[in-house]
Amino acid sequence: MNAVKFLFAAYVATWVIHIFYISTIVRRLSRLRQQLKELSRGK
Amino acid sequence: MTSFWAVLSATLVKDIRLEWRSKDALNSMLFFSLLVVVIFVFSFDPLAEESRHIVGGLVWVAFLFAAVVALNQTWARELRNQVLDAYRVSPAPSNALFLAKSVGNFLFVSVLEALMTPLFIVFYNLHVLGPAWQLIPIALLGTWALVVNGTFFAAMSLRTRNREIMLPLLLFPISIPAVLGMVAGTTAVLTGENSAHFYIVLLLTYDVVFTTASLGLFGTILHAE
Amino acid sequence: MKRLFPILSIVTVILLAYALYLALVVAPTDALQGDVYRIIYYHVPSAWTAFLLFFINFVASVRYLARSKPSTETAAKWIAIAIGVVGFIAPFLPPVRKLIPAGMEPGAVATTIVLIPVLYFVVGKLFPGDRLDVLAVTSAEVGVVFCTIVLVTGPLWARPVWGIWWAPGDIRLTSTLVMWLIYVSYLLLRRFSSSAQTQMLAAALAVFGALDVPLVYLSIWFFRTQHPQPVIGGGGTMDPRMLHVLLFSWMAFLLFGFLVCWSRFRLELLRREVEQAHAMESLAGAGVSSATSLPLSRSTR
Repeated sequence: MNAVKFLFAAYVATWVIHIFYISTIVRRLSRLRQQLKELSRGK
Repeated sequence: MTSFWAVLSATLVKDIRLEWRSKDALNSMLFFSLLVVVIFVFSFDPLAEESRHIVGGLVWVAFLFAAVVALNQTWARELRNQVLDAYRVSPAPSNALFLAKSVGNFLFVSVLEALMTPLFIVFYNLHVLGPAWQLIPIALLGTWALVVNGTFFAAMSLRTRNREIMLPLLLFPISIPAVLGMVAGTTAVLTGENSAHFYIVLLLTYDVVFTTASLGLFGTILHAE
Repeated sequence: MKRLFPILSIVTVILLAYALYLALVVAPTDALQGDVYRIIYYHVPSAWTAFLLFFINFVASVRYLARSKPSTETAAKWIAIAIGVVGFIAPFLPPVRKLIPAGMEPGAVATTIVLIPVLYFVVGKLFPGDRLDVLAVTSAEVGVVFCTIVLVTGPLWARPVWGIWWAPGDIRLTSTLVMWLIYVSYLLLRRFSSSAQTQMLAAALAVFGALDVPLVYLSIWFFRTQHPQPVIGGGGTMDPRMLHVLLFSWMAFLLFGFLVCWSRFRLELLRREVEQAHAMESLAGAGVSSATSLPLSRSTR
C-alpha cells in the first residue's frame, strides 16, 4: 500500500538521524583521546 | 553615584548626536529601506487581488531586515572606540546603558519605518478598511519587540566570530511570535476582516516579558568574562 | 560505573527492538488511517523526549545563571519551592480545576508541575558548578536531534493522512519548528562565541528561548482560531492497547536518549580536559610554571 511507504521512510529516517549523530560523537571522542595521548606523550 | 536617568539620557543624546553628525549610517539605511520596498514591489504584484492580504507581511519583513542592518551598526561603533570596556568598568548601571541603546535603536528604526510606510502606501495603493488607529499600537509595540531583543542579541553577538550573521540567527527564531502578532494584526486592520485586539495584547505581553528579561540579564551579558 | 554503559546499551537495544515489534505487529491497525498511523510510535516519543531535554536545558541554564550571585541563588531556590507548593495544591482547588482542559486529571497536572522543582534540585545536586553548563549543552544538542526527528516524521505522517506535507496552523508541529530554530541558534551561539563568555551568554539565550515557547504557542493558537484550518482527524481518546505501546516506546526511547546524553556528556568533559591540557602546554611553553592545575571554571585573564 502506498501509505506504508511513508511509515517505512519515517522509521528509516529516524534511525539514520540517530546513527549519524552517534557516529559524530564517536568520531569526536576518538579524536580527542588521540589528542590527549599526544599531549601526555609530549610532556 | 550616577543616577539611572542621567546615564540613560546622556547615552541617548550622545548616540543621537553622533548619528546626526555622521549621517553615514542613516543615509545608507534610508536608501537600503527604499531598495527593499522596490524589490518587494517587483516581486509581489501590487495589482493582484490578494495584495491587501499579504502587504502586512511584506511591510513587516521589510522592517525586520532594515532593523537588523541598523542594529548591527549601533554596537559596532561602541566596539571601535572601546567604549564598551569603559562602560563595563564604570559604576553606571548597565540597565541604563541598555535602555539608552534600545531607545536609540527604536528611534532609528522608527525613522526608517516612517520612510518605508508611505512608499508601501503609494506602491500598493493601500487604504485601510479596519480601524486605522490600531496600526499605531501595533507599530509601536512591534518595533519595540524587534528592537529590545535585537539590542540584547546584538550585544551578545559582539564577541562572536561571525558577528553580523549571528544577530539575525539569534533574533529571528525568538521573534516569531511577535512577527506573527505584527503581521496578523496589521493584516487584520488593513483588511478589516477580523479584530487585531488579541494581537495587540500578544505584542504587549511579548514586550513586557522580553523587556524584563533583557533588563534582568543585560548586566550578566555585559560582565560575562 | 564503566561496565554500566555497555550493559545499559544492550538493554536499550533489546527494548527498542521489542518496541519496534510492538509498534509494527502487536498494536492494532487504526480504523481511519490504516497502518501509517504507526509513525506515532516514533513521532510522539521523540517529541516528548525532546521537550524533556529542552526543559532540562532550561533548568540547568537558570541554575547556572543563578549561581553567579548568592542572592540570586537563594531567590531561585525559593521560587522553585514556591512553584512546587503552589503546583501541588492549586490543581485541586475548584477555581483552578475548572481551567484544566478536559481529559486531564488534576493529579496528573499537580505531579507534572511538582516535577519542576524536583528537577531543579536534582539537577543542582547531580551537576555541581560547571557541570551545569556541560549538562546544558548536552541536553540542547541531543534535544535538537530528537526534535529533528519530530520534524521529519511529522510531515511524513501528514502527507499520506491529510494530503499535505505541512499545515501552517498545526500548532504542535509549528511550535516544534520554532523550538528547533531556537535551540539550533543556541548551539550556533555556543559554537561561534569565544570560550570565555560562552557559558553565560548561552544560559541567557536559553532563558529567552524558554520564555518564548509559551508565547509561540499562544500566538499560533489564536492565529488558528481566526483562519480556517484543514480538518484534522484526531483528538478523542486513544485505544488503550495503542496507549500502552506508545508509553513503552517512549520508555525505550528515553533510555536510549539517556545513553546518548551520557556519551555526549563524557565527550564534553573530555573536550574541556583536552582544551585545558592545550592551554597548560602553551603556558609551559611561555615559561610559566604549570605546577598548579587550572580550575575547571574560567577565571578572568
